Amino acid sequence: MKTLIAALWLTLALPALAGIEVRQFTNPELESRYQNLIEQLRCLVCQNQSLADSNADLAEDLRSEVYTMLLAGKSDAEIVDFLVQRYGDFVLYKPPVKKTTALLWFGPFAALAVGGLLLWRIGRTRRPEAPTSLTPAERERLQQLLKDEEKSS
Amino acid sequence: MLKYLLPLGLFVGLLILLGVGLTLNPREVPSPLIGKPAPQFTLPRLDDPQARFDSAQFQGKVSLFNVWASWCVACRQEHAFLMQLADQGVTIYGLDYKDTREAGLQWIERLGNPYQAVAFDAAGKVAIDWGVYGVPETFVIDKQGVIRYKHIGPITPRDWEEKLGPLVAYLEKQS
Repeated sequence: MKTLIAALWLTLALPALAGIEVRQFTNPELESRYQNLIEQLRCLVCQNQSLADSNADLAEDLRSEVYTMLLAGKSDAEIVDFLVQRYGDFVLYKPPVKKTTALLWFGPFAALAVGGLLLWRIGRTRRPEAPTSLTPAERERLQQLLKDEEKSS
Repeated sequence: MLKYLLPLGLFVGLLILLGVGLTLNPREVPSPLIGKPAPQFTLPRLDDPQARFDSAQFQGKVSLFNVWASWCVACRQEHAFLMQLADQGVTIYGLDYKDTREAGLQWIERLGNPYQAVAFDAAGKVAIDWGVYGVPETFVIDKQGVIRYKHIGPITPRDWEEKLGPLVAYLEKQS
């Protein structure tokens, strides 16, 4: 029974495995570099997936491109460069800091700063007034009022 | 007064930002190749495996380089308009992307041939050099062989009137 259930689960997982081919590496270091590269590169067809996750035809071609370049002894930077030259920074999940991406990198911090500043200002203006002490004349009047109250009750 | 205007201003600002975000098309990835010379390549021609299509062909005239495939539905939609453009005298070259030769040739035979020549890229390697990530895609190439524009998706008569046509006319006038 257990084997049957396990087999059923495996069948369910099959479609997920279908598109991703298995690559042979003799060198474990190359293999980890390959895995790392395809995880940080974005598939241009299914844009919310990395090359590692995507079943798209183009992703497969690009993975094979990365694979052959790795075997040819290219460095990670050279491989990333190859793709950026063709597809632009869009192919990177982590785009470089430059003029066109400044808003992307620093926008959230700017928004946070503006929000913080507003909160701080609102907090300052709404702070309750510190209780001021009564003037001698007021104190006398208070005593008088309290006395009157006692008398009348 | 500022107390009330400030939140309103921030809200309107946010609305504008989100509105712009909604109207952008994330499928259109800007090409880093624009303003650069067309990538060099040599491929067999679709109609004759012995003959070569060389990217040197782009020199000397304004041309469109249209990436298509017989399995691509949107290309079919575009094809009729490409025929019209060819009739008007627009120079169009083709790149048959990840196709079989028979299917590509059948397509041309059945639907007509708007191309001066078609390069046959069965492996899709040359398309990668051009940064192609879906078909159809069309590049506008000037007389010096420099890529000036990339159109993603089928060219519609409206695209031609608004963007590609005026650009081609402008490039034609340049020496």
